[in-house]
Formats: sequence, C-alpha cells, structure tokens
Amino acid sequence: MDKQRADSYELHRREVARTLLADRTDDFLVVTGLGSPNWDATAAGDHPLTFPLWGAMGGAATMGLGLAIAQPTKRVMVMTGDGEMLMAMGSFATIAAQAPENLAIVVFDNERYGETGMQATHTAGPVDLVAVAKACGWPAAVQVTTEAELSDVLPVIKGTKGPVFVDIKVKAEPLPFVLPTKDGVHLKNRFREKLLGPDSLL
Amino acid sequence: MTENYAWARDIYDVLKDLDVRQVAYVPDAGHANLLKMCEADNVMRCIPLTTEEEGVSLAAGAWLGGERAVMLIQSSGVGNCINMISLANTCRFPLLMVVSMRAQWREFNPWQKPMGEGTRPTLEAMGVKVTEVDDPDLVGETVRSAGEQAYGWPDMAAVLLHQKLMPVKTFGK
Repeated sequence: MDKQRADSYELHRREVARTLLADRTDDFLVVTGLGSPNWDATAAGDHPLTFPLWGAMGGAATMGLGLAIAQPTKRVMVMTGDGEMLMAMGSFATIAAQAPENLAIVVFDNERYGETGMQATHTAGPVDLVAVAKACGWPAAVQVTTEAELSDVLPVIKGTKGPVFVDIKVKAEPLPFVLPTKDGVHLKNRFREKLLGPDSLL
Repeated sequence: MTENYAWARDIYDVLKDLDVRQVAYVPDAGHANLLKMCEADNVMRCIPLTTEEEGVSLAAGAWLGGERAVMLIQSSGVGNCINMISLANTCRFPLLMVVSMRAQWREFNPWQKPMGEGTRPTLEAMGVKVTEVDDPDLVGETVRSAGEQAYGWPDMAAVLLHQKLMPVKTFGK
C-alpha cells in the first residue's frame, strides 16, 4: 500500500465533476455513488436527471445498468468512488454480460474512504480497477491521471460504444460538504417526472 | 427439475400482464422453468447477477428509467440483499421478489437452515411485505397481488414459494 501517493495526484475531483457535467443535455442521465461523488456532483450543479445516492453502498453501478437498459437511447453515466466500486466488484461481470452500449462508469479514485477518515482503500495497493474491467471484457476501460487525458476521455464517456469504464485518479483532499436534498422520494420523483413526464407520477 | 410446473407458467403470465421487462436472477432449481420462459421472451431481458443485492439497485434503476423489474432468487440470497433494500425503502422504489424457499420441507442440506428460517424475519425487518404460498393453484394470483401493490403503490413485496412446490433435492442420495 502507498498511502501517500494520492496526496500528489494532479486532478481535483470538484473540477473533474464540473468538467464531466458541463453542457449536459436531457439525454444525459447521471447516478452518483454515496459520499464524495454525490457532493462533487452537487457542487457542479444540482440537476433533476442526477440521482445522487446517500446510501446503498455498492449499488451505483447496477442502478446505472437498470437505467441504461430501460433508456437505451439516452447516455447513462455513473459517477462513483473507489470504495463504492470495490464493494461492487461483481457488477463488473454483471454489466459485462449485459453489454449496455450506453453506459459509462466513472470512478473518482482517490484511494481513500473519504467519508470515514480517509483510510486507504485497496486501490492504494496493487488493485487496478481498469484491469478488472478489462478482464471482465469491457470494450473500453481507461485510466486518467492528467488534464490532457481527461479532455481526451470526455468523448469516450459521452459517446463511445460501451460499457465504458474510466478510473480517474484524483487528489486525496478534504473538501467542504455540498449536499443535495436527502429526500429519496423527491429525488426519485423529480428524475422520473423530468425523464418520463408528469403522468409517470400518477 | 425438468418437470413442467404449471405454477411457473402462471407466474410468467402474471409477469407479462404486469409488463415486467427486466428479470434479475441468481438461479435456483425452483425457478428453472420460469427462467426458461423468460429467456424465450423477446421483450423480457434476463439479467444474471453475481450476488442478489445487485438486483435491488438494478430494479431501482429500471424504475427510474420507466421499466419494471422482478427478482427471482432463492431464500439464501435474501440475506445478500439486506442493506441494499434501504434504497427501495428510503426512496419508495417498487421491489418485487419471488423467492424459492429452502429448509422448509424435506430439506436434505442443513446448511440451508439458518437463512431459510431467517428469510421472512429479515425481509420484514427491512419493511418488505412478505406473503408465502404453498398451494400451486394460488401461486400466480399471489404474485399478481404482490406485483400490483409493488408497482402500484409503490411498495416492497416478496412472495415466498414454499418448498413443497419444488422437487425434493437429495444430492443423489
């Protein structure tokens, strides 16, 4: 384990979130994992077609899968953390078997459990999530460590035939909380109303 | 296991009536006939899971996108779902589970006992409405009632298929 490595990564997660979520259209559906990716997405701008999880650790990737299958003409991006994705290792296989072309999973990998005291995760050691995705047969799996690579990967996340996996190494840094509503019923209903129309709430 | 259980056809017909599109499962012998029917269906998408909790979050994602999902799992798999049920509970996502039971009736394998006997109390502890059915003639309508409430209210509902409905598994003994 190298517990200091992530202290010096170049990319800052809040800026990465802003980049990923800039200029979004209503054809772009977002699920975030719990904790920091939720706050990052909220800091970049709350949106009815973002479903930010406050719990359900390990569920973000397969939630994105169910959404991507239901909405094959939309692009679905799951934005989550390395700890959350490590709890969903089986999802790499489940998603690969379904091969959803419109799904991208993006991990903000700071090699830490950010909500609980910045303990090192397994990616601070030898665990390589990109290699996991490749071994599971994902057609696109890349790691990003620089601004230039982030620019290059944007069209991949937005449009390359998926499932797409992107591991973005981000600096381990303490950041202020930026919280969306924690009312899960509201988050669900606003998403469905925006995507499916008001009749979906009847 | 290859015998054609009429109740499996009844569940399939009900899932069609309810317009269920995503069928998430960890296979069990008790679901084998139903799974064959779902796999032969051009509208249903069968989704094998590596662990049952994936099905809870998958079903929530399906609902966000306007589709209905069902989970076909064994009683032992209920234990793998428990914390993820928080997602359905907190956000009131529909959740329909059809659970084939073990450790109830002529069970050969004692390792099935803890989770078999724990299935109902753990589901109920997480707020899931549990209905058990052991009459083959009532299986279809029991799933219909659970499904109508799950998708209509919305609510979390599990139908436990009693082990009497399944073939006895004796591991060659």
